[in-house]
Amino acid sequence: MKIVVCVKQVPDTKGGVQFNPDGTLNRAAMLAIMNPDDKAGLEAALRLKDQYGAEVTVVTMGLPKASDVLREALAMGADKAILVTDRVLGGADTWATSSTLAAAIRNLEYDLIITGRQAIDGDTAQVGPQISEHLDIPVISYAQDIKIEDGHVIVERQFEDRYHVLKAQMPCLITALSELNEPRYMTPGGIFDACEAEITTWGRADLKDLDDANIGLAGSPTKIAKASDKVRKGAGEKVTLDPEESVVYLMGKLAEKHII
Amino acid sequence: MDFALDKKHEMARALFKEFAENEVKPLAQDVDETEEFPAETVAKMAKYGFLGIPVPKEYGGQGCDPLTYTMCVEELAKVCGTTAVIVSAHTSLCIDPIMTYGTEEQKQKYVPDLASGRKLGAFGLTEPGAGTDAQGQQTKAVLDGDEWVLNGSKCFITNGKVADVYIIIAVTGIIEKRGRKMKEISSFIVEKGTPGFSFGTKEKKMGIRGSSTYELIFEDCRIPKENILGAQGKGFGIAMHTLDGGRIGIAAQALGIAEGALERTVAYVKERKQFGRSIAQFQNTQFQLADMATKVEAARLLVYKAAMAKATQRSYSVEAAKAKLYAAEVAMEVTTKAVQLHGGYGYIREYEIERMMRDAKITEIYEGTSEVQRMVISGDLLK
Repeated sequence: MKIVVCVKQVPDTKGGVQFNPDGTLNRAAMLAIMNPDDKAGLEAALRLKDQYGAEVTVVTMGLPKASDVLREALAMGADKAILVTDRVLGGADTWATSSTLAAAIRNLEYDLIITGRQAIDGDTAQVGPQISEHLDIPVISYAQDIKIEDGHVIVERQFEDRYHVLKAQMPCLITALSELNEPRYMTPGGIFDACEAEITTWGRADLKDLDDANIGLAGSPTKIAKASDKVRKGAGEKVTLDPEESVVYLMGKLAEKHII
Repeated sequence: MDFALDKKHEMARALFKEFAENEVKPLAQDVDETEEFPAETVAKMAKYGFLGIPVPKEYGGQGCDPLTYTMCVEELAKVCGTTAVIVSAHTSLCIDPIMTYGTEEQKQKYVPDLASGRKLGAFGLTEPGAGTDAQGQQTKAVLDGDEWVLNGSKCFITNGKVADVYIIIAVTGIIEKRGRKMKEISSFIVEKGTPGFSFGTKEKKMGIRGSSTYELIFEDCRIPKENILGAQGKGFGIAMHTLDGGRIGIAAQALGIAEGALERTVAYVKERKQFGRSIAQFQNTQFQLADMATKVEAARLLVYKAAMAKATQRSYSVEAAKAKLYAAEVAMEVTTKAVQLHGGYGYIREYEIERMMRDAKITEIYEGTSEVQRMVISGDLLK
């Protein structure tokens, strides 16, 4: 079985978020990590490898620095790593990102593609399903459990109040939830090997079946017009009400702020 | 000269830090309170290869270097002195002498199980009458046919009872050297479960209370002839060389304890308010922290230098002695100051800081006291 896992390097939101003066994220100033849902997806792939035997290839698109998450994936046990990097690919929205990643995956053999549910920086949850559309394969999102049975995947898909059990023929794409598992640690020896390992790097020229109209900032149907930090809450207001009135008042305030 | 860590060492440090924070820190207080050996943590460390970091891959290890191993001990010690010394005694005092002096058969037989953590290792040199004067050995080994017969005892043995493989130093005869009669000392590999090998008292300690410290007893304990480690009569040299490496591990433990205490203290003084401001705003606090941080940094460079010396030099006794001497004394000083900066709360067991002060003291004593390190260093200066 051949599994492709898409991973993204994202800012570690635990370390705080910083913006550039123009409103874009100041990625250079923030600590970077492997996106948590993607890490769960990688762990799921590695468990399938442990259980059934599989070749796990990790793919990321980003700046050269994004190779850090590929080395981490290799140190956890992935077999191959591919970095898709090119200036013309920068500034991509989910359409351009998924078009590019799909083109990269077309260069590979795969039975299963695993992505995270969503990245903690963009929070769209769109790239996984869009890749499946580009490749014309089924998608099962929000996976909380994955099993393989004679050429099929059987996936528990999480819903708000229940889960569905879905069966799909491979090849297919699954988007993983971080609740899916607890990712393993790297090993010290794995780290040493990963730092020696060769990472395949693909630029625009290596991606076939990809229209220039669908890549980078120029190929993105959506544009970010403005980004800003959350407005800080002011000092709280103090009101004196009897218990009944205070419930009505609180419910009104919560509804006003769209919390309920 | 480059003081920056390279990519692989940076990644390894991040791994050890994450593991220590997630897996070791939550248990550290309990391990100290209950004095229970953290067997589950050791099993997890085995799973991720932490028990064979500097061991070559062909012997079941991780194929990393002494610096990586040193950083592992350091990061573990930041949150739990006990867990750090378990790894250190196992790696430096048991695997290292087998890798350095063992025959190919001995390496094949013992190292893969030890490096993968299927088995744990320990080192038995100290006796009630032979501490700093390690030549005062009383334990005897007599060759009887195809077997060595051991009689005697060892005390204060780290990983005692929980270990499976023990390096044991014993007297194998009397030799004449420059007209003086001297003990001929040899070293042996002894497995737990060998008839005649039993355990005595478990020590109740001030610190590193989860680490298992036992007395070992040998009563007509028969081990195969081929379990002698190195040549007959070379045991003292083997023990001393093993301790050179072990001292880097203890230096790393001391460094980690000091770093952990400093980190907690910095966080505490920013939170704690007296006289209407955080105590971090008082100049006494600031100067104390500046001294602590400077000494910790100096200790770190000595420890890393010793680890690099072990990787590249044949002899690293002096580097190891300096690193252990300084790091241990810094750990003692920094943890004492850290307790002081915590005020009354620092003396309460709920605030991990008093545990660190108790754990720090042993680093000035075991694997050669600070006085022994001064003997090694001055001996080299005046030779």
